Amino acid sequence: MSVLIDNTTKAIFQGYTGSQATMHAEQCIDYGTNVVGGVTPKKGGQEHLGKPVFNSVQEAIKETAADTSVIFVPAKFTKSAIIEAAEAGINLIICITEGVPVLDMVDVINVLKSHPEVRLIGPNCPGVISPGKAKLGIMPASIHLEGTVGIVSRSGTLTYEAVKQTTDAGLGQSTCIGIGGDPVNGTSFIDALEMFENDSQTESIVMVGEIGGSAEEEAAEYIRDNIKKPVVSYIAGVTAPKGKRMGHAGAIISGGKGTAQDKFKALESAGVGVVTDLNLIGSRLKESL
Amino acid sequence: MNLHEYQAKEYFETYDLPVSRRSIIKKYSDIDEAVESIDFSNGCVAKVQSHTGGRGKVGGVKLCKSKVEVKEFVEQWLGKKIVTIQTDAGGLPVNIISLEELTDIDKELYMSFVVDRGEKCVSMIVSEAGGMNIEEVAEKTPEKILKAKLNSDYLIEEKEIKVLANSLNFNSEQTDQFSKIVSGCAKLFREKDLSLLEINPLVIKTDGNLHCLDAKINVDENALYRQEDLLDKRDPTQEDQREYEAKENDLSYVSLDGNIGCMVNGAGLAMGTMDTIKLYDGEPANFLDVGGTATKERVSKAFKLILSDQNVKGILINIFGGIVRCDLIAQGIIDAIKERSVSVPIVVRLQGNKSEEGKSILNDSGLNLIGEDSLQEASKKIVELVK
Repeated sequence: MSVLIDNTTKAIFQGYTGSQATMHAEQCIDYGTNVVGGVTPKKGGQEHLGKPVFNSVQEAIKETAADTSVIFVPAKFTKSAIIEAAEAGINLIICITEGVPVLDMVDVINVLKSHPEVRLIGPNCPGVISPGKAKLGIMPASIHLEGTVGIVSRSGTLTYEAVKQTTDAGLGQSTCIGIGGDPVNGTSFIDALEMFENDSQTESIVMVGEIGGSAEEEAAEYIRDNIKKPVVSYIAGVTAPKGKRMGHAGAIISGGKGTAQDKFKALESAGVGVVTDLNLIGSRLKESL
Repeated sequence: MNLHEYQAKEYFETYDLPVSRRSIIKKYSDIDEAVESIDFSNGCVAKVQSHTGGRGKVGGVKLCKSKVEVKEFVEQWLGKKIVTIQTDAGGLPVNIISLEELTDIDKELYMSFVVDRGEKCVSMIVSEAGGMNIEEVAEKTPEKILKAKLNSDYLIEEKEIKVLANSLNFNSEQTDQFSKIVSGCAKLFREKDLSLLEINPLVIKTDGNLHCLDAKINVDENALYRQEDLLDKRDPTQEDQREYEAKENDLSYVSLDGNIGCMVNGAGLAMGTMDTIKLYDGEPANFLDVGGTATKERVSKAFKLILSDQNVKGILINIFGGIVRCDLIAQGIIDAIKERSVSVPIVVRLQGNKSEEGKSILNDSGLNLIGEDSLQEASKKIVELVK
């Protein structure tokens, strides 16, 4: 089955005609994803990558019945782009843009409270791929293989690492979800874990976390009580010093909280197969099956 | 981005938050004017202005009864470095000293506003345990920590304010003041895109009034494009020079103590690479994320940064191409090595987007680069080479 996206997904891109969006939309289309158009204000009526361009999300939905939007607009316009998509009736919003002010995301989350049907992935994430069915994001298609592992991660390139190992192990992936490295985001580990537990294609789960916050600890608690499928987890940042922000706005150990050791401990006690060596994700997963 | 206490207090004043009158000393000859411009009848508190807490414990905050004592304090600190439990061993330079009018303190409290990741909102924390390390208070006496969420209008309802005020044993006058301080802080937090606002301590003066004795502000770097006045307040002398230079070049860099320089795309993978090096008994010299849109220029800048650290004895480059094309990175690596005549060993691992093309570019370069396919092998190799 896979989760979030498959070959019935009808996707648009917001910020469609920009250079990054163009490059990635093209790869998504080449992958076979059902991209039905894009939105760039004031460029409505044109055609881009063989698909129609619209002035607004509302217009795009009216003409194409799009249900999913991938956001590539600059950080300063991201808040309004997400809200526009949600209010126009998009059900799944995948926000790739990085560098969004955190208080803009707080505002977005407040608006989304009145749209409970909307799922937001990101911001600052690589997107979502259900191998063999649909790719909506910036991940390199070639490393993926249709299969049975559900992957959820806070980091982009670290996700690719996990993907490649599960591909090399011959397991492949049902869906890979990048939830993003920002402190305030739309979808949590728990949301993704729940989706994977309920998905018939997914037989095991890889969760890739990093230092900062307590999302992994909360996920550990959820796994203990709710997840029956085997879970393997890696946390980046064992060597990170306290108080230093490691690139991602979310990746900072503050006040002694959010260390990789704490997270490993919580996950281990929840029965998760923890790997401290990033290179062993694939082999550990095979062992746990 | 951090502000100095005196800068934070300027913002506090703008938002009608009660702070002490103060003056600033940037050079020795400022002392006379600084002393005269405040009420010095009972002396003043001299404070080192550096981006660190724990100043008081190392003598960086001092009650001065006379101008002579102020002069001694300035002589002791100005142009020197302050080392606290929050800084590294090198400390931070002291270029500014503030003088504050005295406050008669009855009781010290704690107040802060933070972005609450779990609740996805801004939350306020108050505690009757002021002037202490709040993390310690939270661990040892969690019942002393009170928390309230700000609603979508950045307000806390009056009812909730009253409950908090009650727990803090405020009288009605103090409750009104508390309510004003809460709304002023919330407004400042929102309008200036803060990621942290901390008042430790918030004090009750002997006359019963609430007063912000300290002020700490962190600003969300992602929002600086719309906070020009704050951007002007950046003090590069308080930041690691390499980290500052990295920021100027859109690179994300953190210096560490080891001898293996790392260049990686993506923050998570950069941490993962550091961890892997450590796992194989090496010591990473830095965290460096060249970003998703790494260009030749950025790779070259990244080399410059890594090599400016004298401890670096070898470099591990780990690129997993998603957005970034490995062939472009490979060319960037070659150009940078030639340009900077790099002599330390370099192990390169390229994966993903156009990695095969990238590898053949490296192999054909005639340069002494060691290519590896897996991060595991690459890490083992570089650890061996720097031994």
